[in-house]
Amino acid sequence: MSIQTFIYKYKTLYGSLIILLTWYLLYWFINSPIIPSPFVTIIEFFSLLTDDLLLHILVSLYRIILAVVISLVLGISVGLFLGINDKYDAWISPMIYLLYPVPKIAFLPVLMILFGLGDTSKVMLVTIIIFFQILVTTRDSVKGLSRELFFSIKSLGANKLQVYQHLIIPAVLPKLLTALRISIGTSIAVLFFAENFATTHGIGYFIMDSWTRVDYVQMFAGIIAISLLGLILFKSIDIMENRLCKWIRLEKINE
Amino acid sequence: MITLKRLEMGYGKVNVLKDLNLDIKEQSTCAIIGPSGCGKSTLLYGIAGIMQPSSGQLLIHDQPVKENRKETGVILQHYGLLPWKTVWKNAALGLKLRGVPKQVIEEKVSDVLRKLHIYELRDKYPVQLSGGQRQRVAVARVLAIEPDLLLMDEPFSSLDAIARESLQDLLLNIFNNSKLTIVFVTHNIEEAVFLGQKIVIMDQGSKNISHVLKNDLFGDQTLRNKPDFYRLCTDVRHSLQEKTTSL
Ligand SMILES: Nc1ncnc2c1ncn2[C@@H]1O[C@H](COP(=O)(O)OP(=O)(O)OP(=O)(O)O)[C@@H](O)[C@H]1O
Ligand SMILES: [Mg+2]
Repeated sequence: MSIQTFIYKYKTLYGSLIILLTWYLLYWFINSPIIPSPFVTIIEFFSLLTDDLLLHILVSLYRIILAVVISLVLGISVGLFLGINDKYDAWISPMIYLLYPVPKIAFLPVLMILFGLGDTSKVMLVTIIIFFQILVTTRDSVKGLSRELFFSIKSLGANKLQVYQHLIIPAVLPKLLTALRISIGTSIAVLFFAENFATTHGIGYFIMDSWTRVDYVQMFAGIIAISLLGLILFKSIDIMENRLCKWIRLEKINE
Repeated sequence: MITLKRLEMGYGKVNVLKDLNLDIKEQSTCAIIGPSGCGKSTLLYGIAGIMQPSSGQLLIHDQPVKENRKETGVILQHYGLLPWKTVWKNAALGLKLRGVPKQVIEEKVSDVLRKLHIYELRDKYPVQLSGGQRQRVAVARVLAIEPDLLLMDEPFSSLDAIARESLQDLLLNIFNNSKLTIVFVTHNIEEAVFLGQKIVIMDQGSKNISHVLKNDLFGDQTLRNKPDFYRLCTDVRHSLQEKTTSL
């Protein structure tokens, strides 16, 4: 097997190896406790996993998945509605355009005062971020559908529901997954920040707590955990894409 | 079968068609030809029920055209195939939307795919097909619902000459073996003469029909090799030029 096919087949493994190697080189050159040895860290990671690290990962995962589900439901419904009804879109999109680029993390203090310091405000924050992305993507991809596709499916006898089922939903789906991939990256970063406040659970808390205790090995074990969290989420989106949007891959290869 | 009386159609306040009269008989074919922008697609959209006339009458079997007439099959300029459905699922779509039982769909779709020589492609997606193959799928999808009226907007315009002629032959064959009425828009004079029993020439300035030619040569599969074919093509070309130069 050539290196090329190896890289192609085992992308994740290849990426991990290169990162571990770089990490090891940094550890070796910098030679300071701020960069612990990767091997010590990995051993620490597994022993922490049976302790409480797993719980922290699960809490963060729960917050993100809850936010994803809420924002998918809201974002898709509003996005479809605005995409199809030009009139309401004209009324509402000016506000969306103003709010869309605002870093939503700036609203964390407000959310914490309104919804308490607990889980609700954190989930809300992540929800808002993903919601906007989903909303805008859904709306734009509905608007981008050609008149001809609508005409031809209607002339085949489709009713309103069937137009959604056979035309709108499948057309929006791949773009939705791409939007989700982008916004999940952002939301992990934001959640990390939000978990520094008023909680004793979540991977963000775990990392910052290790830092204040100057336990760099533990801190890096936490960083491994957060990158695994991201990896799991990204891979699940990949799997969904492969399952639901086979045709999109063909289109990309044919280009 | 189709009757247009003093038909007017337009977009917003702009009229594209004005005072248009036309009759199309049942089980005949009609070619619509004319300069770009003269309103051919608009007329076809009207007959398909996709667009409503702004005034006048548009009747099919003496009934005003309503949206989604079940027996009308429409093929639009860019085929309108769904990229996320395989050839098979695209072809089966019309029947599925009508709630036809699975077994019947199975039979009818494999029949029609075989007839159009694309049965082997049934598991491919539209992106994996050539232009001519896509066009066959679009035809298959419409024929699967067994229409009595087939409307096509420049169906073969993006194909090379050979693929186009083989699809024209196929269509003539289908027409001869079924009880179809076909109305199609084209830019191609040879296509109009080969496939049009009636050739309607439209004109931009008057927003109306300028000539209607009756094509007695229609129906001959070997027509393209005959001198008469070229004579009629020349006639059509003259009628087209007459109007564009007088503008
Ligand atoms: N959606 C639309 N809104 C406003 N005007 C339109 C619209 N579609 C077409 N028109 C106008 O109506 C006129 C007729 O258009 P139509 O598409 O029927 O022409 P056509 O004969 O099919 O042209 P072509 O041969 O280029 O396809 C054109 O002048 C065009 O600018
Ligand atoms: Mg047109």
